[in-house]
Amino acid sequence: MSEPVLRIEALQVALPAWSDRPLAVDGVSLSIERNEILCVVGESGSGKSVMAKSILGLLPAPHVRVTGGRIVFDGRNLLEAGEDELRAVRGGRISMIFQEPMVALNPLMKVGRQIDEVFSVHTDFNAQRRRERVVELFRDVQLPDPESIVGSYPHELSGGQRQRVMIAMSLALEPSLIIADEPTTALDVTTQAQILSLLKELQRKHGTAILFITHDFGVVAEIADRVVVMRHGKLIEAGATQAVLREPREDYTKALVSAVPSLRPRHLAGPRAPAPVLEIKALDKTYGGRASLFGGRGREVHAVKQVSLEVPRGHSLALVGESGSGKSTLARCIVGLESGYSGEILLDGENIAGLTRKQLKPYRHLVQMVFQDPFASLNPRNRVGDIIALGPILRGTRKADAWERARELLGLVGLQPDAVSRYPHEFSGGQRQRIGIARALAVEPRLILADEPVSALDVSVQKQVLDLLDELRQRLNLSMLFITHDLRVAAHVCETIVVMCRGEIVERGSTAEIFANPQHEYTRQLLESVPGKQWDH
Amino acid sequence: MTGTRLLRYLVRRLLQAIPVILGVTVLCFLMLQLAPGDMAEVLAGESGGASPGYIEELRARYGLDQPVLVQLGVYIKNVLALDLGFSFRHNANVTELLLERMLPTLLLMGSTLLLSVGLGALSGLFAAIWVHTWKDHLISLTAIVAYATPLFWVGLMLILVFSVWLDWFPTSGMENVVMFYEGWDRVVDIAHHLVLPAITLALFYMALYARLMRATMLEQRGLDYVTTARAKGLTERQINFRHVLRNALLPVVTVAGVQVGALLGGSVVVESVFAWPGLGQLAFEALFSRDYNLLLGIFFLSACLVVVVNLITDLIYVLLDPRIAMGS
Amino acid sequence: MSTFWQRFLGNPRVLLGLAWLALVLVIAVFAPLLAPNDPFEIVTDPFLRPFGEYLFGTDSLGRSMWAGLAHGARTTLIIASVATLASVAFGTVLGALAGFFGGLIDDVLMRLTEFFQTIPSFIFAIVLVAILAPSATSLIVAIAVVSWPPIARVVRGEVLSVKSREFVQAAVLAGQADLAILFKQVLPNTLSPLIVTGSLLVATAILIESALSFLGLGAPNLMSWGFMVGAGRSFLRDAWWLVTIPGIAILLTVLSINLVGEGLNDALNPRLADL
Repeated sequence: MSEPVLRIEALQVALPAWSDRPLAVDGVSLSIERNEILCVVGESGSGKSVMAKSILGLLPAPHVRVTGGRIVFDGRNLLEAGEDELRAVRGGRISMIFQEPMVALNPLMKVGRQIDEVFSVHTDFNAQRRRERVVELFRDVQLPDPESIVGSYPHELSGGQRQRVMIAMSLALEPSLIIADEPTTALDVTTQAQILSLLKELQRKHGTAILFITHDFGVVAEIADRVVVMRHGKLIEAGATQAVLREPREDYTKALVSAVPSLRPRHLAGPRAPAPVLEIKALDKTYGGRASLFGGRGREVHAVKQVSLEVPRGHSLALVGESGSGKSTLARCIVGLESGYSGEILLDGENIAGLTRKQLKPYRHLVQMVFQDPFASLNPRNRVGDIIALGPILRGTRKADAWERARELLGLVGLQPDAVSRYPHEFSGGQRQRIGIARALAVEPRLILADEPVSALDVSVQKQVLDLLDELRQRLNLSMLFITHDLRVAAHVCETIVVMCRGEIVERGSTAEIFANPQHEYTRQLLESVPGKQWDH
Repeated sequence: MTGTRLLRYLVRRLLQAIPVILGVTVLCFLMLQLAPGDMAEVLAGESGGASPGYIEELRARYGLDQPVLVQLGVYIKNVLALDLGFSFRHNANVTELLLERMLPTLLLMGSTLLLSVGLGALSGLFAAIWVHTWKDHLISLTAIVAYATPLFWVGLMLILVFSVWLDWFPTSGMENVVMFYEGWDRVVDIAHHLVLPAITLALFYMALYARLMRATMLEQRGLDYVTTARAKGLTERQINFRHVLRNALLPVVTVAGVQVGALLGGSVVVESVFAWPGLGQLAFEALFSRDYNLLLGIFFLSACLVVVVNLITDLIYVLLDPRIAMGS
Repeated sequence: MSTFWQRFLGNPRVLLGLAWLALVLVIAVFAPLLAPNDPFEIVTDPFLRPFGEYLFGTDSLGRSMWAGLAHGARTTLIIASVATLASVAFGTVLGALAGFFGGLIDDVLMRLTEFFQTIPSFIFAIVLVAILAPSATSLIVAIAVVSWPPIARVVRGEVLSVKSREFVQAAVLAGQADLAILFKQVLPNTLSPLIVTGSLLVATAILIESALSFLGLGAPNLMSWGFMVGAGRSFLRDAWWLVTIPGIAILLTVLSINLVGEGLNDALNPRLADL
């Protein structure tokens, strides 16, 4: 048994006095073996990121600081190393990849130069040699046209390309360990799949160990050799990936694993009602191209190209696509937040396309929206009761009746009715999302449009909200249109899937059909990219 | 960014400057209308320096019996032809007067800009590097007090201490007229006279840039790319100077450009305190002789100066920040 | 909100600033009682040194410096506050309309704002006061006219950022009218930076007012600190306190406002205070 690359022993990291708990990391011990990928999994607030940063001494001192334990690398305790020693290790022996490459790279410096720096700090290569190595690295990470990318600025590259640059930066000096802090969370599903496979390949080729922080169990299933589960700063469970995923021992791990939506599609039968609740015909929307008063023409974007679709009554349809697919634009057109499009939108048979704000008013209640960001979708200065009652009041309900209805709805979504007099900041993300659902239900809509309703929530809470939406749909016989990029979510709650790519619908069908037999190239790529798809539970 | 794109950007910005200059002209015209007496009297200048015949001539020339819009048109035409009227008090063409007195003001402006941006940014930089130490507290405290001091008072206090009590510097004026210095001696003499006025005008802005620089450096230091740089093994010094500094300078450049207009305003006060023979002093004199024509001329010229400086600042900013797309 | 007050009042700089401002306010309000004589009235021999029979001495004509300071406090505070209120009101409306409605309205209003920001503001103020003839009203108008652009920019920026938040979209979906959304949903969430900018604007207004009074453009029958410095200017060599004392009054008042304004900012945005 060879010596592990890194050993963390009883690490304790304290948080500043005003935080909600005293310790970010509470006595965590783990080790990373050579040539393995270890995933650290946890929800937000688990302390996984803090732990990763403390290895290289990157904590935002003096507020967050290590108060106990050892981190042993190469026979030395890094926590006791001097600044010079640490700097020699950073970038050279242990390197790090961060989550948001757009902000993790200096926007004013060419990317080639930023990697060149690693060499100039740690080696005495001359300029020529350094440049050769940089180009070589770019080729390794499969960046197109490495010679010219060297002279680009970060904002000139795509998200996936920027992350490849960061990976190149971390591989520059062949470190023994790479710490990757949620490196794919901000990327599209297909890009994420590419980056994950790149990391696996590079790891095998260079024999580096990787400490991979993530909240996504799918990613764990995809790349991890071993996995460690953290919660509230403590280590809950550790073990080989297959063992932990198939037979989790601790309750928390079990809950987390079962909360990940399965990829097995539901088979929901249902009589098809005669008239669809929503019918879209040849919707077309282009942005930009407007000449501003004082010069300059915006870039034109053809966001939605002649899209037609139908949502049958009482049905739940998923609109799946990545960023730039046009799904958000389409959603905004449906609810009347967008103008300047052509085509027809029929809600319950009435065409609302092209109506002015005033004309739209009587139709507003027909379709309501559940928004993505629970922290931005409720007005922080209004009480919950006001927020939910606004719609009914504007439709003529008396205030007292509207508030009564608000109390009923809060009970319906699983919250205490007395929440009506409290403010949004008193609630957690999942609870706020429930309030948002209650608000949407207040005007008795026929169609609920849920725009990525769970993507900003922790895994354990996601399942609760999805189940709630499903239950409400059945109980109230609602129709739902789900916008999502996550096929697991689509599989969990929707009977029909419509796949969009670059403004067009590329495939549509029942969930079961699409999963079993995808027709279009893009759909196949999407299905392939779902991390951990071979792990079926 | 190629040469032609830069040129096209320059041309576009110049074109955008035209409505501003036009706007200023219209504003001057409007204010002339507000002044007491009819426009010809105003343009002739008060203090009874003009004969009634001349005033009649002016009335005819500016078409004061014509509708207002025609008057406006004539006025604009004159201004753009750089005919800003005549000042009886000084017995000279306004335009000539302005050109004569512009140089001392530009000298004062230039040295103030250098001093305030240079020393200010430098102090801010070091305050950020030594953050939370006594050195930082000292710099920040000095800055916050300097930021609150009225310009005219600082000037008078500096004269009191350094001229009257210590006799290190002259109390007023741009040069020692009695001595008739030539060449290098003259330069030194002017520089000697420049010290107190420049420090007075620069003090407030030094404080402004110091605080701004400190704030932006600290803000940048909290950003992710700094953590990346640290994770690469760079020293704090390398991080500060190679990465953070350039990012932090951008807001300072922007603000410096905007402040030029305020600097010109400040020069009115400083030049009157130190009897510095520039545009500000001229404006002060024009105030008291109720020479609105001259006053408006100074206003117009300073607006033009601001437009030019804004353009230069924008160019500098575009050169520094590759994210700004010039062609769009 | 209680933590806001804790952070705000727990800041020693804020307390110092508030203390001085309270003092100035009390003196300004009770000036007729504290210094009953007209500040322009000649009471005794000129050039009496301070800390003698008259607490702050007398000026070149024999007027009481204390009366000047007390009544000057009134003038300065009133003019600065009214001017600031006017410019905040105007700037807020402009910025809110520009940010909320966007498009052509935004273009036009922003060009207007930029134009007013390009004009050298102090010189513009001088010209305005000179042409409108110096008086309290013309001072207020001049200061307000040059001070509103920064407010308009701040409000526009805030409105733009709040407008894009999802709860505003939810209000649209509920059927709320545009103006109702602007006033009930958006503006209440833009208050913090507005309050901070507004309070710092009072400091600028005081500096402008005293500079104008120094140059002789102050309201003719109102005593002002700037006027006192201007009047004492020729006697710098022999009676330097005539210049120093009113100047210190201005400095301390502006400094206090700045400290309180920044304390407000730090208390409203605690994360930034850690810097």
